[in-house]
Amino acid sequence: MAERYSSFAPGGTSWLLQRITAAFLIGVLAFHFFQLHFVTHAFEVELAGTQARMENPAYYLTMVSFLIAAAFHGVNGVYNALVNQGIEGTQKTALKWGLTAAGIVLVVQGIRVANAMAGVSIV
Amino acid sequence: MSQSYNRGLVEDFGRWREFSAGMWAWIFHKFTGWVLIGYLFTHIAVLSTAMEGAASYNSTIQGLEGLLMIRVLEVGLLAVAVFHILNGIRLLMVDLGIGLESQDKSFYASLFVTALIVVASVPTFLGGGL
Repeated sequence: MAERYSSFAPGGTSWLLQRITAAFLIGVLAFHFFQLHFVTHAFEVELAGTQARMENPAYYLTMVSFLIAAAFHGVNGVYNALVNQGIEGTQKTALKWGLTAAGIVLVVQGIRVANAMAGVSIV
Repeated sequence: MSQSYNRGLVEDFGRWREFSAGMWAWIFHKFTGWVLIGYLFTHIAVLSTAMEGAASYNSTIQGLEGLLMIRVLEVGLLAVAVFHILNGIRLLMVDLGIGLESQDKSFYASLFVTALIVVASVPTFLGGGL
């Protein structure tokens, strides 16, 4: 049997969520690159165009879901890669909560930016 | 059938000559993953200029895109993202038990298709507006 290399223990919740977010991200990341480099060239991006896209609820929800899925997938990937490298004990606990905090900051700031682009104001 | 084995520490690059295709795929996937999550933090930071208004956002985006170095780095980002996507599809297939015996060939195919897409995208990424 061919050897299987992965940072994840197969079958766990972390492994499953990593695969579910991966399946979603495959399509959305490709769409994002295509949209903002081939449909609209990156050098042509202006706030008015960004706002027009983000004011579409489906686009807004896709981008916010993209952000949440990517933040989870990235942070979970980094955590499992470092655990797989042998990090344990206090370092592992600090890593877990440090990455969780970084992921939450990333998502909160990303949603604030998305709201500013979409003209959504939350008191 | 499953079997256990001692693969040693893959990150010990002194062993790189012994690495199989699957080990290279794993290392490339981790490396590209580190780049992508690092980029995501940077990306949100840059886009945060939208909260300051159109002048700040437009001058930041267009100022960055006006730099050849940024466009070259974006080609690198594309390469990293495309490989991570294609190898990610390969990993999902491997986890489902599909094509496990040809996982080395699917790794080479991921590299080849990544190279094709990146080379074909270079004119779009580097051309126009400079």
